[in-house]
Amino acid sequence: MNIPELAYEAIRQAIAEAGIEKKDIDLVVAGYVGGWSSEGLAPVVVMEYAGLTGKPSYRIEAACSTGSAAIKTAYDAVSSGQADIALVFGVEKMNESPTPTVVEFIGRAGNYFWEFENFGLTFPGYYALYATAYMSKYGATEEDLCRVAVKNHYYASMNPKAQFPRKITLEQCMQSRYIAWPLKLFDCSPITDGAAAIVLASEDVAEKLTDSPVWIEAIGAATGTSNLSRRDQFTSLNAATLAAKMAYKKAGIDPDNPAKYIDVAEVHDCFTIAEILAYEDLGFARRGEGYKLIREEQTYIGGKIPVNLSGGLKAKGHPLAATGVSMAAELAHQLLGKVEKGRQAPIKNGRALAHNVGGTGHYTYVTIYSLEKPRAP
Amino acid sequence: MSNQREMADQFLAQMDSFANTMKQSVGLPLLLDQKTGVALWWDQREIKLRFLISVEKTRKFFEGLAEGKLLATRCKKSGKILFPPQVDCPDDPEDEAEWVELPREGELLTYTVIYTKPYSFGHYPDYTVGIAKLTNGVQILAWVRETDPKKLRVGQKVRIEIVRRQPENYLTYEIVPVEE
Repeated sequence: MNIPELAYEAIRQAIAEAGIEKKDIDLVVAGYVGGWSSEGLAPVVVMEYAGLTGKPSYRIEAACSTGSAAIKTAYDAVSSGQADIALVFGVEKMNESPTPTVVEFIGRAGNYFWEFENFGLTFPGYYALYATAYMSKYGATEEDLCRVAVKNHYYASMNPKAQFPRKITLEQCMQSRYIAWPLKLFDCSPITDGAAAIVLASEDVAEKLTDSPVWIEAIGAATGTSNLSRRDQFTSLNAATLAAKMAYKKAGIDPDNPAKYIDVAEVHDCFTIAEILAYEDLGFARRGEGYKLIREEQTYIGGKIPVNLSGGLKAKGHPLAATGVSMAAELAHQLLGKVEKGRQAPIKNGRALAHNVGGTGHYTYVTIYSLEKPRAP
Repeated sequence: MSNQREMADQFLAQMDSFANTMKQSVGLPLLLDQKTGVALWWDQREIKLRFLISVEKTRKFFEGLAEGKLLATRCKKSGKILFPPQVDCPDDPEDEAEWVELPREGELLTYTVIYTKPYSFGHYPDYTVGIAKLTNGVQILAWVRETDPKKLRVGQKVRIEIVRRQPENYLTYEIVPVEE
């Protein structure tokens, strides 16, 4: 399947599920990072293939959080009255290039001149720098990191759309080879081809289209330094902490106990350490105690807060620009009780959270989805 | 593991050879994916990427390396030291940056050993990347001269040395563990 065929598969499903027709779409916001694939301006190729040519459109890029940035851009257009119906899609075909080339392109996504040119950092390498600092400071172990992989593979085994829909054992993860010490193969999300699409509609239009809309209640967004060396510590992502704070404030969620308000979360587990940092940056665990949350299985269904019931980036896959959009689709389905048995979270509060990080904390978007219409700002 | 760049090149040469066979037989560069059996087009166009990057405004840094000095910039008014060096002070447009020499001693904040390498680093043996905090608080990211992670620890004393990177044969800087 090529880029437009892959994107259209997601677009067609989103349009059908939203119950709209293509002619109703006022705006198309495309997420695409590319570099590793043949089409330079893939979004226009997708638009032509999908019969959307003629509509206003642009491409958004915010590294691995491109999908969430595209959603925010469409949200801004709809909430400001510039569009009634916006289509958002993200697509990536990372397997068009051989692995060392993809590793190269992603490694260049920090500060190329000062961190890649001379020192050849890779993304596993960047997150390994976080892992080393975190483990040294708080006493977390490589087993704790692997526990995240075991959980996410367990839920991916029930997700037919996952890249790796199979369970793994702690031993399998522990015995896998090092990619960037202390991170091993099973600590890393894979190189993925994938697409995702959603439809955003204004309040008036949404109420006509469906009796069960999912609302965007709040979006928090923040950025971090380009050079990793300029971060003030390596045990949390400042951008994620800031984005969470902003989203919680907008949604009226107590930042000291957000798990009480949220039924399910999709977090950016590009590497297992990233999920543990996310627990802390989002306030699901106190600083230095994120690894205990997974050790005590508190992020499985039935625990304090279920996380990554899709399988996460780790096992569902991480097609960069599609990831944030697929988090939105997954959480909408979770809130509506529409996902596969065994990985459906119990929905009590009617709220879900997406945490999507770009780069090594260069960008973070925290988006709160809700079954209830948000209060007027 | 042997040279990863050679392995990557061999892989591409193999694809090219399969495609050549197909071009001779059916006239098209079509390949079948080994895992899934799906048809793939072997791209007949290839580009090389290599950039010309301006270092005019930070030329002193590179001239400093040649003189055995490790330089950064300091904003005159705020006293803030910037590394990587930049000639504009981001916190105050009126502030002016001047060149200063960095201390060479510090401690290791974090580190990793890179086993799976990017294509353009595939010819090196496994290498360690770390971040050191110098005695004046400036943080610097570079290779660490030790590839066994068990021999390193967070907080370990290090110094920065200016070294020639081989086989390219150019000057750069490196973090070197200091015996304690």
